[in-house]
Amino acid sequence: MTNVEKKLGSVANYVDERTGAAAWMKKNLTKVFPDHWSFMLGEVCLYSFVILLLSGTFLTFWFDPSQREVTYEGSYAPLQGLKMSAAYASTLHISFEVRGGLLMRQIHHWAAIIFMAAIVGHLLRVFFTGAFRKPREFNWILGVGLLTLGIVEGFLGYSLPDDLLSGTGIRIAEAIIQALPVVGSYLAFFAFDGAFPGEAFIPRIFTVHVLLLPGAFLALITIHLMLVWYQKHTQFPGPGRTEKNVVGYPLMPTYMAKAGGFFFIVFGVIAFLSAVASINPIWLYGPYTPGQISAGSQPDWYMGWLDGLVRMAPPIETHAFGHTISWNILIPGLIVPGILFTGMALYPFIESWFTGDKREHHLLDRPRNAPNRTALGVMSLTFMMVSLINGGNDIIATHFDLTINQIMWGTRFGIFILPPIAFVITKRLCLSLQRADRDLVLHGTETGRLLRLPHGEFVEVHAPISPEKAWTLTSHEQLPALELTETDARGVRRPGAIKNKLRARMSKAHAVSVPKVSADDLKQIEHH
Amino acid sequence: MKRLSRYRRHKAAAPLLLVIALLAIGTTFSVASASVKQSSTTFARTAAIDEGKQIFLKGCSSCHGLNAEGGAVAPSLIGVGAASVDFQVGTGRMPMADMSTQAMRKKPVYDAEETAKLAAYVASLAPGPAVPEDAVLNYERDGSTAEGGELFRNNCAMCHNFAGQGGALTQGKYAPTLMGVEPKYIYEAMITGPQSMPVFSDKTITPAEKLSIIKWIKAAEAEPNLGGASLGRVGPVTEGLLGWVLGLGLLIGVAVWLATKAR
Amino acid sequence: MSNEIEAIKDPGLPAHVHREADTDPKAEKRAERQVAILFGISAVGTLLLIFSYVFIPQDLFIFVPVMGDQNAHQLGLGLGMAISLFFIGMGAIHWAKTLMPDTEVVAHRHEFRSPDNEREDFVKTVKERAGTVGMGRRSLIKKSLGAALGLSALSPLLLLRDLGPLPGKELEKTSWKTGTRLVTDPGDRPILASDLEVGAVAQVLPAVAEGSHRALSDIGKDAVLLIRLRPGDFQLTPEKLAMTHDGIIAFSKICSHMGCAVALYEQQTKHLLCPCHQSTFDVTRGAKVIFGPAARPLPQLDITVDAEGYLVARSAFSEPVGPSFWERNSQ
Repeated sequence: MTNVEKKLGSVANYVDERTGAAAWMKKNLTKVFPDHWSFMLGEVCLYSFVILLLSGTFLTFWFDPSQREVTYEGSYAPLQGLKMSAAYASTLHISFEVRGGLLMRQIHHWAAIIFMAAIVGHLLRVFFTGAFRKPREFNWILGVGLLTLGIVEGFLGYSLPDDLLSGTGIRIAEAIIQALPVVGSYLAFFAFDGAFPGEAFIPRIFTVHVLLLPGAFLALITIHLMLVWYQKHTQFPGPGRTEKNVVGYPLMPTYMAKAGGFFFIVFGVIAFLSAVASINPIWLYGPYTPGQISAGSQPDWYMGWLDGLVRMAPPIETHAFGHTISWNILIPGLIVPGILFTGMALYPFIESWFTGDKREHHLLDRPRNAPNRTALGVMSLTFMMVSLINGGNDIIATHFDLTINQIMWGTRFGIFILPPIAFVITKRLCLSLQRADRDLVLHGTETGRLLRLPHGEFVEVHAPISPEKAWTLTSHEQLPALELTETDARGVRRPGAIKNKLRARMSKAHAVSVPKVSADDLKQIEHH
Repeated sequence: MKRLSRYRRHKAAAPLLLVIALLAIGTTFSVASASVKQSSTTFARTAAIDEGKQIFLKGCSSCHGLNAEGGAVAPSLIGVGAASVDFQVGTGRMPMADMSTQAMRKKPVYDAEETAKLAAYVASLAPGPAVPEDAVLNYERDGSTAEGGELFRNNCAMCHNFAGQGGALTQGKYAPTLMGVEPKYIYEAMITGPQSMPVFSDKTITPAEKLSIIKWIKAAEAEPNLGGASLGRVGPVTEGLLGWVLGLGLLIGVAVWLATKAR
Repeated sequence: MSNEIEAIKDPGLPAHVHREADTDPKAEKRAERQVAILFGISAVGTLLLIFSYVFIPQDLFIFVPVMGDQNAHQLGLGLGMAISLFFIGMGAIHWAKTLMPDTEVVAHRHEFRSPDNEREDFVKTVKERAGTVGMGRRSLIKKSLGAALGLSALSPLLLLRDLGPLPGKELEKTSWKTGTRLVTDPGDRPILASDLEVGAVAQVLPAVAEGSHRALSDIGKDAVLLIRLRPGDFQLTPEKLAMTHDGIIAFSKICSHMGCAVALYEQQTKHLLCPCHQSTFDVTRGAKVIFGPAARPLPQLDITVDAEGYLVARSAFSEPVGPSFWERNSQ
């Protein structure tokens, strides 16, 4: 026994004597975590959040969240003598006078970009593998909540430096608030303490950005993680992996070292990006004034799809009885995102409604084995991509020799046409992959070795696959569609017939699959 | 004109007229003396105009008309001035290679001397903005970077982007990048308004202010990348792309390594 | 699990495969060395960070291929930090992968659903306890509690009232009045009609008294774009045409869609483009929307010249400028 081991032993003793947590600690220290690269996406989110807290705290030491007008006298010559807000001036100060300040600013912003990208990646992983199913529906909803918070928090952070680009973003946010029927102009005046831009907004969103939302984040992340811990992580199907067990490495020491090490990896990669790639060079944007604008004014990527939707909206306003309703703002800015996010949050319940599956699931689906869900996911993703492309249409136009009008019209039609096409293609692709799996189990892999049979025919030798692989490819279950009849036993139409019809139809679509290899199939093969 | 004549008896009319007259004389004189310096004799100037006309007839008249009166596909050049010709021909935009939406900057077809002759010919058709002299273009001495930046963001950034990288206009037209453009051409563009670009009059943006704008553009051009690779200075689009591809890509790469069993 | 007979049986967890380091002491030593080297690289990174912080001046630039001229101080700090952190992670993970136990452990899962008797017991307890409160019977308490809770939500709402003033007619007003001079932005110089050539634009603001301060909130409503065309280019109604002066037309620069500054004027097509959402306005037809999401033309400012020939507003804007809002009467 080495010295370190002795010491750790006495620490464990010390802790238990004061908490009596020995049993609990032992259980949790030996907790098992399955290993898969895609399970690390959630960790990237957590770690970049920690990095955001650390770098953000650093920035608050110098940032002055005030829209008070000052004259810039710092070291960046092209702005010297100009009038600007204290927020902008102090951001310049962090960038140019505080050593390492620019690096920290860039770490903060890159971490935000990575944070949001990892959230989306994590969400896609959870969706496509069906990890949101019972008992994890609530954690899925928390995840959607965290994504939404992340978008808002990111936008507020992007707005704080009060440069020309972020001011333009706030201008657009104000227009969305102002467009709300009945209460819009009141809410806008309350938020901005009068007409846009006023002098109150940045101090206010600063408090929200550094206090309220991080607090909400911490609370939600804590619950999110406690649930993961308590419910144990899901795992991919494979030999020896069942709904009743979890196979992986114990927390102490292997997983602890891997996860702990990965924190440094995430921090290191973000620091690397911040060292080599400039982000949000606010000194080039100049201070905000409502009379100025730059070509190619864009939000950060996680808001880009929203901006793209707003760009492609048809020019419709209703003028009636002395009032105006801006559908061109409300539909793309609030209604469509509202529907999308609500649908996303409720999806676990929708799916279990039409599959009728109320059992617990701890084994993940391979995306191909849930063709309908996978297709739905790719369809939503296509919708987002089309909007995102339109959100950057001016940059794309100049770099790919297109016109903004072409991209705009392309996406206006594309937003309706491409997602369904993506759905159909994905579903067929999934079914083809299922068929390939079936062939693999039945006939084995192609070896590339040719064999000449006595009567002259050439055949390729197929090598049977390992029992482990065969099991992995066939262990999924294929649920039949729900049998829902429109009429009851006496031939009377049931109440809610339309709902039932919809449910039956969705259930049927969801159950489409290539039958996996059965015992009969194998027998037939043997007879060959 | 009618509106003007209403002010004929205004008490400010006489002093104003006097000032205008003095200005006119002054300008004529300075233009005259300047052009004398450029080409020593009237004869040489006439010769240049003639030669310019010959070049014009060969290279430009098929679109712009035999007398530069314009045609179906090209505008009239009467009154566009020497500055306009110097800009369009000097940056290679004219003659246009094809009928694309917009004339692009390319290697000039005519050399400096030919361009000057063409400019002299077009300038002889009707008065228009003259080519600014080198002495006028001393932006280092006469400009102010900070003021130029403010003017730039007010008047130029909406098309040319916050860092002068250019941007998209409607129907495939675009505002070109300002990086690497000679000060003379930037100045000429502002006073002549080539293609989609509007004119920025000397009264609303004074010559001194124009020099400030040029000084700012040159400062932006020379500005080293303070926070790492510039990513094109086009805003968050490239940043998001890099975050996904390089940032998340690297992290996923490490995660894959982390999750594979060691040999 | 489905009740069909599985064709292929679960072969069970594959046998554990030993790593080189588990069996070969040499490989173990090698792995140990590799981990130490990774941690060592991290230490070098920290040294680079310290060196950059202390010794590299902030204004030193070096040329880096692909990236162009780079600030050496920032690059050294960042790379130092990146190396220092990244390689701690690499070391730890490599250590875990090669030397820490890698036998896969199986832990059992239990269904979250409790046994039926416990569930029944639980439901019964909840019902009983709720019964003792008597929510069902004491409707007076229930109703008054509901009302009290509902009303108490008003207090935070009420307390937020002083966040800002009521909008009143504020959104409909700008600083433009009859006779307000148009002055250049920046520069604050009045503009003669003759100052603008055909094809020229100017960014203008209403003149303010000498030394007085322009709030950004005012610029946000007052900013105007001045454009000079050939008078013959206009295709305007007589009223709108009367609002121009000698080919000079003035529009609010604040987009009628979401309030960005609309100032991309294309001289040849005479179109105005908003860079935020690409609404395109036709200047010759009174800034009529010809493309994009904006639903209304930009408000036109009625201009003329004063006694000294300077451009002035003949009257205030006849409609609110900027994005729409509920109270806006657009008829």
